[in-house]
Amino acid sequence: MTGSVVTGHVLALGTPWDGVPALVLPALGQTAEMVGIVMSIVVCLGGPLGLLIFNTSPRGLAPHPRVNASVSWVANLGRSLPFLVLMATVIPFTQLVVGTTIGVQAAIIPMSIAGTAFFARITENAVREVPPELLDVGVASGASRWQIIRSIQLTEALPGLAAGLTLNIIAMIEYSAIAGAIGAGGIGYLAVNDGYEQFDAHIMLACIGTLILIVQVIQFTGDRVVRYLLH
Amino acid sequence: MIEISGLTKRYGSHTVLDNINFAVDSGSIAAIVGRSGAGKSTLFRCVNLLERPTSGTVRVDGQELTHLSRRELRTARRAIGTVFQSANLLRRLTAAQNVALPLRFLGLSDEEVHQRVRELLERVGLLHRANHYPAQLSGGQRQRVGIARGLATRPSVLLSDEATSGLDPETTRSILRLLTELRDDLGVTIVVITHEMDVVRSVADVVAHLDRGRIVESGRVGEVVRRSDSPLATSLLPTDPAPAPLAGEVVWQLRYTDAIVDPNWLTRVSRELDTDIALLSGLVETVGGDHAGRLTVRMSGRLSPATVAGAFAAYGIHAQVASAADELAVAS
Repeated sequence: MTGSVVTGHVLALGTPWDGVPALVLPALGQTAEMVGIVMSIVVCLGGPLGLLIFNTSPRGLAPHPRVNASVSWVANLGRSLPFLVLMATVIPFTQLVVGTTIGVQAAIIPMSIAGTAFFARITENAVREVPPELLDVGVASGASRWQIIRSIQLTEALPGLAAGLTLNIIAMIEYSAIAGAIGAGGIGYLAVNDGYEQFDAHIMLACIGTLILIVQVIQFTGDRVVRYLLH
Repeated sequence: MIEISGLTKRYGSHTVLDNINFAVDSGSIAAIVGRSGAGKSTLFRCVNLLERPTSGTVRVDGQELTHLSRRELRTARRAIGTVFQSANLLRRLTAAQNVALPLRFLGLSDEEVHQRVRELLERVGLLHRANHYPAQLSGGQRQRVGIARGLATRPSVLLSDEATSGLDPETTRSILRLLTELRDDLGVTIVVITHEMDVVRSVADVVAHLDRGRIVESGRVGEVVRRSDSPLATSLLPTDPAPAPLAGEVVWQLRYTDAIVDPNWLTRVSRELDTDIALLSGLVETVGGDHAGRLTVRMSGRLSPATVAGAFAAYGIHAQVASAADELAVAS
């Protein structure tokens, strides 16, 4: 079969197996760094944005149709474009903020935008799942809005938020791989640059294996955390 | 003490509550009854100001609530404890943490919170379940935690919205016993919203019947149940369906209208009318501190209905013909 012939040819050009970790491990570190920085930004911005969207909705603590519509529109904006297109679209903004359009720092900007919009919706959904009667409990016991958000909405939505966060981290790993296209570094860049473009099957396999492993570990951990939080 | 006057709530052009006037004395239990959709829950939400009434006033211990600012209202709400249907406990918090919630909102220190929570859980008999999550508690236990939480801020008024619906009879009784204890030991004014007449009979001092947004009948329970022409009395003390009378006989439905009725009334009336009275069914019980009776009897059809009714009335009993044999003959 043709497929196996091509595979055989590619394998012949691979980096020796003992040289693979020296390339994959630093890339893994870069991916972790990128996703870590992005996720901190995403949680700090997306969380409050999601709470704002829910609480200005008719079922929220401070219904406000106009604010709700505008914030919701902004959050949709960040999720409207395929990531590759978004990355290209925000190039001028990226240039303005980090002073470069390539590399890890440049990738952080579009990833944060997409991730924040994603996490805002996740937060909104998780908080919406909290039964409205529980908000009444807070109001009736004389809690302030902030106390209700903290002690009731966030407390009860925590399992949902943890599940959403897991989803979000995995999506960001995927985006970091796409960001490899603008030389962002990390596993994705290694796979595209060394594995795919230079037909290095060992690198390719190592990258694929590493990505599968990371995603499995994160999902497994996330599920355990959710189960723990659910009591 | 709660005084509701002229309370009206409209949603657009739809009037849910129409000019409600109702007062509950300190240290007594009031029941608000009515079918679903009668406006009970809206009334509940208007009294603790979860909803602002369209017009009218709600006073708790003399303080008018409807015109308070958000901030003032937050403080005023602490005087009103709320017990919700199905308890509304936070699933992720233990019983103790749920009870502690209103105290945390107040900003009490950990030590004060801890001590008060212990007191409250002991009060409702759940100290041994303090660290259980709601999912590990039975329905009755969850409701007790809800009551403890409602009492956390030492309110003078406790509002309960269908707190016993969905609980089995034994658990319902234990919850009602707890409410009675709270009234008697702590002097809490309690408003119970319910559709269960058993609840009204066993704990309420006063009752109000809400129908399509209006209070159509109200009064002290002991007095209401003796009204002969009252739909509320009939639903509080329903009589069994009358069995078909034999030919030439009449089935009467009797109801106490006096607080004190001669215990030998049945023999005495029988003697006075010189006829036999067959007792078909009957129940005499204590409601609101007084005896209330409702009985079904069968008597000869030879006597004039006016004579029979008069003889019973002399003993403080209202008599009403349930059905007559000839009516039944026409029907069949």
